[in-house]
Amino acid sequence: MFAAAAIALFIGMVIVLFRLYAGPTLYDRVLAGNAFGTYTVLFIGVLGFLTGRPDFLDIALLYALINFVGTIVVLKYFRYRAIGDTSPTPRGTPAERGRLKDQGAKS
Amino acid sequence: MSLDVIMDIVSWIAILAGSAFMLIGAIGTLRFPDFWARVHAVSVTDSAGMLLLTLGMCIQGGFTLVTAKLVIIGVFLFITGPTATHAVANAALVSGFLPKGADKFCSEKKKLSPEVKKTKAKKRAPLKGKL
Repeated sequence: MFAAAAIALFIGMVIVLFRLYAGPTLYDRVLAGNAFGTYTVLFIGVLGFLTGRPDFLDIALLYALINFVGTIVVLKYFRYRAIGDTSPTPRGTPAERGRLKDQGAKS
Repeated sequence: MSLDVIMDIVSWIAILAGSAFMLIGAIGTLRFPDFWARVHAVSVTDSAGMLLLTLGMCIQGGFTLVTAKLVIIGVFLFITGPTATHAVANAALVSGFLPKGADKFCSEKKKLSPEVKKTKAKKRAPLKGKL
């Protein structure tokens, strides 16, 4: 039965890769990439059970962590064209900026 | 029928149903005509398929460290999967990406007061130059 699950997951991964390649827009590709990550995590888990060595689950957990952060980072990059600090450029006089900052700190 | 057999049957049903959900989600991802329809297909794999497969593997693992790891993976994926899908959909919506046929329902835009229009234009304006 684990073999059936592994085969189903593998077919699903291949199909999602087709969408990743053919997706007409950027968001289709990001969505497919995220789904591919979920498929991979489950596939690694099932493969561990299939071969009788469930030690692969650590790798699956790591892949789940990286997948989430990677999706968010790709979205952020294509939204702001920068990965690091994306706060908007400050406006107004320095005194106004200080006042705004104080308000932000209070709330 | 002993308890082991019952648990085995339950776990097999869960794993098979999870695999079916994953396949259905993948086919939907490939075949649906629109990005917004594809989000639905992907959310099936993110919630139903993932939870059922993890549950089945947990029952097969028994009370061991493997089950603990599987529970951690399941909880993490259950939180982050829908969050990531929502982030993708939100980013698509913010970038001005409307569902197919949504133009019919957009006549309400004309009824919006000018102030709302102004604020919306202000929010969108800085993006247009960058993208």
